[in-house]
Parts: sequence; structure tokens; C-alpha cells
Amino acid sequence: MIEMLPGLFNYWVAVILMMTGFYVVVAQNNLVKKLVGLGLFQASVFIFYISIGKVAGGAPPIIEHGSQLYSNPLPHVLILTAIVVGVATTAVGLSLIVRIRETYGSVEEDEINSADRHAELDQKDEDNDQG
Amino acid sequence: MNWDQHLIALAIIVPLLSAPLCMLVGQRHVAWLIGVTSGLVGLLIALALLQQVNTQGVISYQLGGWAPPLGIELRADLLNAFVLLIVSALAFWVFLYAHRSVAAEIDADRQTGFYAGLLLIYAGLAGITLTGDAFNAFVFLEISSLSSYAVISMGRDRRAITAAFQYLVMGTIGATFILIGIGFLYMMTGTLNMADLGQRLPAVSDTSTVQSGFAFISVGIALKLAMFPLHLWLPNAYAFAPSVVTVFLAATATKVAVYLLLRMIFSVFGVEMTFVQMHLEYLLLPLATVAVISASLVAVFQTNLKRMLAYSSVAQIGYMLMGIGMASTGGVAATILHLFNHALMKGALFMALGAVVLRVGSVQLHHLAGLGRHMPWTLGAFVVGALSLIGMPLTAGFVSKWYLVSAALDAGWWWLVVVIVIGSLLAVVYVWRVIEVVWFRPPHPALAGKTEAPWSLLFPTWGLALANVYFGVETSLTTGTAEAAVQVLFGMTP
Repeated sequence: MIEMLPGLFNYWVAVILMMTGFYVVVAQNNLVKKLVGLGLFQASVFIFYISIGKVAGGAPPIIEHGSQLYSNPLPHVLILTAIVVGVATTAVGLSLIVRIRETYGSVEEDEINSADRHAELDQKDEDNDQG
Repeated sequence: MNWDQHLIALAIIVPLLSAPLCMLVGQRHVAWLIGVTSGLVGLLIALALLQQVNTQGVISYQLGGWAPPLGIELRADLLNAFVLLIVSALAFWVFLYAHRSVAAEIDADRQTGFYAGLLLIYAGLAGITLTGDAFNAFVFLEISSLSSYAVISMGRDRRAITAAFQYLVMGTIGATFILIGIGFLYMMTGTLNMADLGQRLPAVSDTSTVQSGFAFISVGIALKLAMFPLHLWLPNAYAFAPSVVTVFLAATATKVAVYLLLRMIFSVFGVEMTFVQMHLEYLLLPLATVAVISASLVAVFQTNLKRMLAYSSVAQIGYMLMGIGMASTGGVAATILHLFNHALMKGALFMALGAVVLRVGSVQLHHLAGLGRHMPWTLGAFVVGALSLIGMPLTAGFVSKWYLVSAALDAGWWWLVVVIVIGSLLAVVYVWRVIEVVWFRPPHPALAGKTEAPWSLLFPTWGLALANVYFGVETSLTTGTAEAAVQVLFGMTP
């Protein structure tokens, strides 16, 4: 177990970050913090991908004389795309939070839920009065 | 230049370029026209592509001239071409319907952005359907998902925004799971091309890396297709989104996710690994059974009709997963058929509800008592769609249920037949509640003066309702294509 740690260091970091991010998404009540957790969760996957590309003893993938073994550049390119997707997700998420703040006056999940529940009950009372 | 060769790329490029065009023009009526035109062109392309696949077999297209497996490949076989036909036919039809409904539900200054969002969803779905590259599928998935979050949040009800946020969190987790899974597969095989993966994976399929990749991808797609119990994002998203978005997403988005699951099972991991080694059916069948029964039960107690139909969608996805879980040609054919038929029935039902929203402004059941007298045509279409949902003979819903039941009987699983029958009976209950209230109750006084929906909404709604009847009687196109597609998937004949 102990000897696995240094060799797979990157992967352990990715796993820990991923679980931390996932926990934050599930456990946090504040929507902004949830989004931060989601970002952490995605970032762990980026690290995982970049670690895949490393070839033991390989040089950076720039063609030079005298170097025969290169690291694999493809995962880096893939993750560049995934980072763009991540940025877009965060942007859409934050703009949704801004609108939630405007309409509900809060970014705490429990307050939003209880506001919705109250609105639903009021609606029911109104309908009963009419009927 | 020979356009025939490039059809498959154009199927994605047309909606993808129409979206920024909408924003550049910035005029809502023109944006709608661009949407309809692009939908029509997309539909024609899909028809031509299906024709091409029928005559020539599998079409492979090298994007940018880079040969696969290094370059990104677009690939169409019968299954893709059929799913693309579903997506583009529904997209065109939804755009026809959209003008009046969007004018009433979305603020005028947001409408061009709304149409652009719809076009981006369409482009993303077409991309997932056609791509032959696993990573590319992830990118297109995110294109369609991100635009869905944006357009869902434009609903009139404020809960639309929270529903969109919840969907964003769960959808992103699902997509990231798929990304991790693809990473595992790449680690072991060094390739991202689906066909190439399919050839290389069997050699390494007993490693834990590939098995974890399988697990991550399955769970990620299950989140996207709203498999019970990962469906929690769906009911609110469908209930509070603008009517047009609900129609479009209910009819296409989950279907494309089911397609992606089929593609991953049959083309990437292979039947051997999925069902013999990993036993995905032990997961699919029980969860699908619970989905059919529990989601139908929950639907019975909903008062918001859009929410009721959303729960019904979760149950219907259960039927599709059952078909996959049977791992037989008959079962998978039933799934593919149900992809098509469910798009028709849910499209018709949600379009009818969209017309109700336009005239009454609510889809709460107790507001709609006696509405059938005021809007007979709209609710007539609702009844036709509902019959198809239940699976009445002479409607499209019957055909796919018939296939599913006979596949279950072939496997000797009578208990599954019982589940399907119970699910259909529950559908009768929740649909009858609505029909009873709108047709047989005395009209609600608040409804006085409500008139029939305009032609621009009735025409598309009835078009889909009649399609339910047409494809229930004339079944050769759908069943023929589904059966031939299954042959391709199981690798029997080209």
C-alpha cells in the first residue's frame, strides 16, 4: 500500500480532489460553493488526463535532435477542450446563480426550497378560496 | 463539389452555423425563420442520409481529411441515421410550432437567443448521433447540455431557474463521469475512435482499468438519460421549462442518450463484455422495472400536467432500458422502435399542453375542468397522444409495446410482461384522470371566453398526433429500419 503512493502520486491527488469536489457538491447548502465543488471535481479529471500522457523517461513533445522518446501530447489537447467546457459550465452556472439571487433574494438551497414550498401553499389557499 | 459526400457533416454544420446567424441578425421573426429553414434542411439531409445508408451501407466521413483512427470520424450506419431522422424531424416540427408559443412565453428581447439555444441543442444532439469518436461525443454532449440549461432557465415560473441549476449540477457530474471513463479506455488502448476501441478492447477487457471505465461511462450516460434513480433532475426541468423546450427535450434529448448507451454497449464494449462479463442487465432490468412502476405511480398523483408527463417519461425510459437489458435482437429492436414512437407521442402530448398554456396560462389539473368544450381540437390531439402512450392498438405506442412483450415472452420472462402490463394500466389511470377532468366535468367559470388554440399551434400538434396513428397502422418503415439496425448492431449482416 505504502509503496503504491509515490508511484501513483498524481492519481492519488486526482482521486482525493475528485472526492473532495464531489463531497462539496453534495454537502454544501450554498449554491456558489456547490459550483466551486463542481469545478474542483472537473479539475481533478484534468489532472488525471494530463497524468495519462506522461511517458516514463519521455521528453516534452517538441521535436529536437537527440531525443527519441516523447510524452504523449494528445491528452493535453483533449483536456484543453475539456477546460473550455468547464469554463463554459462555470459561466452558465454563475449566471444562473445571479438570476436565482435576483428572484429569490438568496443563494442558500434550503431557503430557496422553503420559499418555493410557501409559494405553492399560498397558491393552494388561493385556489381553495376561489373554489 | 459533390454535396452527397458531405451530407453527414452538413447535418451538424447547418444547425451549428444557424445559431450564431440568429444572434447576428438579432431580429426575432427572422431568427425563427432561420430556425425553421435549418430544421427543414436538416430533415432533408437526414432523409437523404438514411437513403444513402440503406443503399450503400455504413458511411464513414473523415473530418478535415484526417484518416481515422487519428482523425475524427463521422460515421453513419442504420441506427445513427434512424436516430438522426428522429432528432431532425422533431427539430423541424418543434420550430414550426415555436413561433406563437415562444412569442407568448419568452420576453421579446430574449427570443433570438432562445432560438439560437434551441439550434445549438439540435446541433449537439446531431453531433452525438453522428460522431464516431468517443471524446467528440463528450464535447457534443456538453454543447447540447449547456444550451439546454440556458433555455430551460427561460421558463416563466421562477422555479425554472432552480431546475436549470439542479440539472446543470447533475448533468455536469454525468458528463464528467463519461469523460473519466473515456480517459480509462484511452489509457488502455491509446485510441478514441469508437470502431477502433471496439477492436482493441476485447484484448484488455479483463483489466480493472477498462472495467472502471465501463462503470463510469454507464453511470454517466444513465444520469443523462434519466435512468431511475438518477432521474431527479428531469421532472422539474420538464415541468418549468418553456413549452417549446419541453417538447424538444422530451422528444429528443433522452433518446439521444439512449442511443449513446446502445452505441457504447454494442460498438465500443461489445455484447460479450457488457452482458457476459459485466452483466449490465442485472443493473438495467431491476432499475427499469422499478422505474416503470414507481414513476407511473408518482405520475398518478401529480396535479401539474407537465410534471405528470415528465414522470411518465421516466417510466417510458424504463421500457427502453428493459429492451436493452434483454440483450436479445427482439428486445433491442423494441428499444429502437420505442425511441421513435415515444418521440411522437410525447411530442404530441407536450405540444397540446403548450397550446393549453398559451390560452389558459396554467397546466394545473384543477384549472382545466371542462376545457374540452372550449378547446376541443387541442384536447382531442391530447387524447390521441394519450392513447398512444397507453399502447392502444392502431397507435404507434402499441407497436413498440407489442415488440417489447414478445421479446420478453421469447426470453421466457413472464414477470416482465406482468410489469409492462401494470405500467400500461397505471398509464391508463393517470391519463384517464386528465381526460375525465377536461372532457366530463362542467366548465370552470374562470375558463369562460377561452377559445381554441390558433392554427399555428394546432397544425403541428395534430401533425404529430396523426403521425402516432399513421405509424401505428403503417409499421413497415419503423419496424423494418429498427430490425435492420439491430442486425447491424449484433454484427450479423452488414
